[in-house]
Amino acid sequence: MSNRFINILVPVVSIILGLIVGAIVMVFSGYDPIKAYIALWNGIFGSPYAMGETIRQISPYILAGLAVAFAFRTGLFNIGVEGQLIVGWFAAAYIGMAVELPAIIHLPLALLAAAVAGALWGLIPGILKARFGVHEVIVTIMMNYIALHTVNALIKSISGGSYKTEKIHETASLRSEFLSNLTDFSTLHYGILVALAMVIVMWFILEKTKTGFELKSVGFNDQASQYAGMNVKKNIVLSMLISGAFAGLGGAMEALGTFGNIVSRSAFTGIGFDGIAVALLGANTPLGVVFGASLFGSLTYGAGNMPNEAGVPIEIVSIVIALIILFVASGYIIRVVLSKMSKKKEAK
Amino acid sequence: MSKRKFGLALSMVLAAGTILGACGTDKDKGDSSSKGDADKESFSIAMVTDTGGVDDKSFNQSAWKGIKEYGAAHDLKKGDGGFDYLQSSEAADYAPNLNKLVQREFDLIYGIGFLMKDAIEEIATQRKDTHFALVDEVSDLPNVASIMFKEQEGAFLAGVAAAKMTKSDKIGFVGGMKIPVIERFEAGFVAGVAAVKPDLEVDIQYTGDFAKAELGKAAANRMYSSGVDIIFHAAGGSGNGVFAEAKERKKADANANVWVIGVDSDQYEEGQVGDDNITLTSMLKRVDNAVKEVAELAAKGEFPGGEVKTFGLHDDGVALADSRGAIPEDVLAEIDEFAKKISEGEIEVPEFVKKK
Repeated sequence: MSNRFINILVPVVSIILGLIVGAIVMVFSGYDPIKAYIALWNGIFGSPYAMGETIRQISPYILAGLAVAFAFRTGLFNIGVEGQLIVGWFAAAYIGMAVELPAIIHLPLALLAAAVAGALWGLIPGILKARFGVHEVIVTIMMNYIALHTVNALIKSISGGSYKTEKIHETASLRSEFLSNLTDFSTLHYGILVALAMVIVMWFILEKTKTGFELKSVGFNDQASQYAGMNVKKNIVLSMLISGAFAGLGGAMEALGTFGNIVSRSAFTGIGFDGIAVALLGANTPLGVVFGASLFGSLTYGAGNMPNEAGVPIEIVSIVIALIILFVASGYIIRVVLSKMSKKKEAK
Repeated sequence: MSKRKFGLALSMVLAAGTILGACGTDKDKGDSSSKGDADKESFSIAMVTDTGGVDDKSFNQSAWKGIKEYGAAHDLKKGDGGFDYLQSSEAADYAPNLNKLVQREFDLIYGIGFLMKDAIEEIATQRKDTHFALVDEVSDLPNVASIMFKEQEGAFLAGVAAAKMTKSDKIGFVGGMKIPVIERFEAGFVAGVAAVKPDLEVDIQYTGDFAKAELGKAAANRMYSSGVDIIFHAAGGSGNGVFAEAKERKKADANANVWVIGVDSDQYEEGQVGDDNITLTSMLKRVDNAVKEVAELAAKGEFPGGEVKTFGLHDDGVALADSRGAIPEDVLAEIDEFAKKISEGEIEVPEFVKKK
């Protein structure tokens, strides 16, 4: 078997294995796996509505994945995507609601606000890491809590004691009549275009600019980079800044597209943490993140149709989806098995 | 070697196929027969839970109970054309879940919890022919009925019970998030206490969260340590911490005088410590009754769209649970008297917390 063939075969085999193990779980709990998988398929691709919602779900995952992946390339583990996303969500919702401008300025301004808010939230751990060597994992985890509760307090104060902000103005919305009609009233919005644009931006920065080269170089070996005359500290701060901006834009997807406002939360959204898995599934490359996010997003959304159409309880569904992702993530094992099998054949 | 493996795999696939195939046909048969029963005649209802889920021991569960009872009373089956629910694991699921139920052509769809308001309004504007009902929030749309409760009336009775039963003359209230619904609990409870013992001050604390038992436990710990002997909680999952703290104290010292008043559903089982029980009573919020009543109205063609249906003591919307002997007869009689006065309108229970 050639290498290329194995590269294609591995993800396919892992998904199939995940589906089979998931089916076994369902059979043992007394549900019909075939019906359930048909429901999953229908939940993702079954109707224009489902496809619209699936794409809507994928958009923030792409941005969260990019945020994690970008920091990773510089050797930083940004667990703070969740918090950066929440402050971005708030910033976009606030600009969308508080100012009145024509759409051509309003929407970009709201997106920019989200990116800046996220970037600032990423900047703090970046500076602490660069200046004082404080480990970014600790700082970013703590920054998540600060973001969550600060934003809750801000929501309360700007809404006059309510638990949610007012809806954003039409001019800041990513939603459109056209997409809504196209997909039978789904919440699909233009955020997917923003997300894909950011994929290109990340690819461009990393592959086509000197800064990107430096960032990657710091990721490979910071001491060697220092020796080569690069400013490691500056690159660490910059990396966290850009990573935070991606995450903030992920929050803007929710603020300007899906929800149109921000509601005070008692727990994290989970999108930022799923972003870690998305980035790792995608091997921290921009294109890989798109695939990782598509897998995550469509499974997350499509899974909701399994209780609806096949009557499988949501808890079993969560197990099945987790199994599929687990198998995809452990593609390395399958790769080893496959290459051993092919070696044996060659030996024969 | 590899051939044998392949054969094994093939036979397993075949076997699985046969088993699964059998399941499939069985289910199909069931479906077609149930569809036969449920003609256009019967009125079908469904609900979307908020993130608490259908077994939250609180209003989602209560609403689902109401829907099941409605289904049983009208000979409906779970599924299309009968009754069903969808569970939301994230706020982003609300709108798609509502939409899925619309697509399955349920006649009346409930959104449980104030968090559902935005999603219900969005879907209701798009799907003007479907009827919706919203619990705990108010919407003006013509195809949305709003179901509200006079929590203050039930909480008033809980306040009376607490004031009568306290030995230390110190009573506590633990709330979840400071939102209008919970403030109605607080206002009614304080008024109820004041009706019996005007000088008694209620120790009030909000945890700011409905799902953090540790915060409820910390609040209860502080209150019990300062001499409070009865705590009323309206804090959802955070309230489980209040129970945990009271149970720990009871376990350590069987003579400890600590009590909890539960909320939303009968929380008697939560308070069991060996042979003792620290649940004084629970303030019931009968979402099930309200859900059933709105369904009955809608089935008769009198759907209260655009209106607010408020359920108080008078309409069996709120009540106190059986105290199972924790409250003596004479106090119960007094509580009943208050209940009567409230339901006849003689006592007006305040809805809002007094600003200090």
